[in-house]
Amino acid sequence: MRAAELVTASVLIFLGGIVLFDAVRIGVGWSPDGPRSGFFPFWLALIMVIVCGVILVQAALDHRGKSFVSREQLNSVLKVLWPATAAVALMHFVGLYVASALYMGFYMRWVGRHSWVAVVAIALGIPIGSFLVFEKWFLVPMPKGPLEQWLGY
Amino acid sequence: MGIENLILGFHIAITPFNLFMAVVGILLGTIIGVLPGLGGANGVAILLPVTFTMPPTSAIILLTSIYWGALFGGAITSILFNIPGEPWSVATTFDGYPMARQGQGGAALTAAFTSSFVGAFFSIVFITFFAPLLAQIALRFGPPEIFAIQFLTFSSFVGLGGGNPLKSLVSILIGFILATVGLDIVTGQLRLTFGITELMRGFDFIIAVIGLFGIGEILLSVEEGLSFQGTRTGMNLRVVLDTWKILPRYWRTFVRSSFIGFWMGFKPGGATPASFMSYAFAKRFSKNADRFGKGELEGVVAPETAAHAAGVAAMLPMITLGIPGSPTAAVMLGGLIIWGLQPGPLLFKENPDFVWGLIASMYTGNIIGVLMVLAFVPLFAAILRIPFAILTPLIVVVCAIGSYAVHNSMLDIWYMLIFGVVGYVFKKLDYPLAPLVLALVLGDMAENALRQSLIMSQGSLAIFFNRPIAGVITAVAVFFFILPIITPWWRKLKGGSAPTVQTSHN
Repeated sequence: MRAAELVTASVLIFLGGIVLFDAVRIGVGWSPDGPRSGFFPFWLALIMVIVCGVILVQAALDHRGKSFVSREQLNSVLKVLWPATAAVALMHFVGLYVASALYMGFYMRWVGRHSWVAVVAIALGIPIGSFLVFEKWFLVPMPKGPLEQWLGY
Repeated sequence: MGIENLILGFHIAITPFNLFMAVVGILLGTIIGVLPGLGGANGVAILLPVTFTMPPTSAIILLTSIYWGALFGGAITSILFNIPGEPWSVATTFDGYPMARQGQGGAALTAAFTSSFVGAFFSIVFITFFAPLLAQIALRFGPPEIFAIQFLTFSSFVGLGGGNPLKSLVSILIGFILATVGLDIVTGQLRLTFGITELMRGFDFIIAVIGLFGIGEILLSVEEGLSFQGTRTGMNLRVVLDTWKILPRYWRTFVRSSFIGFWMGFKPGGATPASFMSYAFAKRFSKNADRFGKGELEGVVAPETAAHAAGVAAMLPMITLGIPGSPTAAVMLGGLIIWGLQPGPLLFKENPDFVWGLIASMYTGNIIGVLMVLAFVPLFAAILRIPFAILTPLIVVVCAIGSYAVHNSMLDIWYMLIFGVVGYVFKKLDYPLAPLVLALVLGDMAENALRQSLIMSQGSLAIFFNRPIAGVITAVAVFFFILPIITPWWRKLKGGSAPTVQTSHN
């Protein structure tokens, strides 16, 4: 917990520093017609850096050794995170519907060990269902790939 | 003036299309409330793009109905599965789950839904009468008053939120900073974009909500290892009628909890503390205080009444002042802007059909809601029996669709994933997420109010203190900000430390 607190506070201080830098660049004072663009971000970032500094000290002094995440927990989180990331990357190439079908099928088979029948039914049914709802009914376009193009959408 | 307007509202709310929207909204909302990882705020955010082409009144009816549904849905998982679907349902598990274990699940659910309805109804009646008055007063507000109210909104997170006040403050600041990214509409200058074209658009709060609450929540729930040990619903008409016969006995609890809920609820982050407070009060005044926590019906009635009253009360500042009382209300406020409406007191003057349609739909929506959940509880409970390996990717896909639909941008889906990881880390480290989202939504408005006030006063902050209304509001806000500092001293002064209920606002 302590390490995670320290890292988070440090990252926030760093980001706050970037904001301060940019705010000073565009001007934090007064122009003839009121505060300059950097005025609001400057004060926000300044207070954030100070407060995060206090949190950093608080965390550094706190020695209760509760771990942020156990190995097992991290594993199950990553098991969700990386296939999701891969699916989003895949959407760039094959569109949302095909990527979702592959992602759902993969996840069901790999984590859930569902039977192939269930995997195919759900992994095809959900994207087809959402296709009908969004493209046909609500007319909200989603990213599409070669398959949709081939089908004429 | 009130009654004719309300009748006008009912004419709008009970058109077949709007009633249909309410039914669809309640259905979706209850499902969203039952599902782990999807709550009212991101459910509304995901469906917001769908409403872009609808008439605004139907759109708001759909979204508010989702909200009512999510409020009802939270009770189902708390009672049957001991999983609070929403943070304000935590107190419901204390007595609800033990009752379900003893085979009284049906009675607990009936009591929960009925209490939710009573709490909501109480708040709606209040809104009907107070909203126009508040809007009248707010019409005379200038920029200093508007900024003072925003200041008060955020101070209440820091002072009353529980948890580490410094972290609440950091969350607020992050939200405001994210809101400044992109084009500054006043000066036309680009801020914090560092020459990257994609950053010009800034960060959309809808994406932030979907990521922080949707993806973040999924990551948290898989980490805890999802295992649902459900009990049977045991729900039928006989149980419902029998429970309704007992409930009037608790009229004092109903009234007290409704007041607590309304009072806490129209301030941000109020629903969760309201539910705990109401539970604590019910226990203190009850003759069977020792039965609390072991399956006492009153222990379900109190927090549910307060939570739902607070959830509805959160709409009051949204429609009158343009300041949302909860993350869900914040998303709806964003919707108002997208539909081309100006949130705030002018709404009552310029779009009375919208406002009164909305208020009337709160009555109809909650009546439809309580009947629907009572009738279909087993169906909703069955959702939690969907295997986890199907539910998880399904929720991720739904979140991705919702994120993309806002601007038709793939980049937004990446932002959603990043916000998801941030949400997971922040939640674990107790950085509250609700103030971040609210600050992101209100950022531009707050900055403009601050700028205009400072221009009026030629740069002096005294303007927030020497105008009567702004002065009082600012003084209260400052008091809330220093509350975390003076509370420990006060305790020491009184000797001994009073136990406090630790709550997290979400």
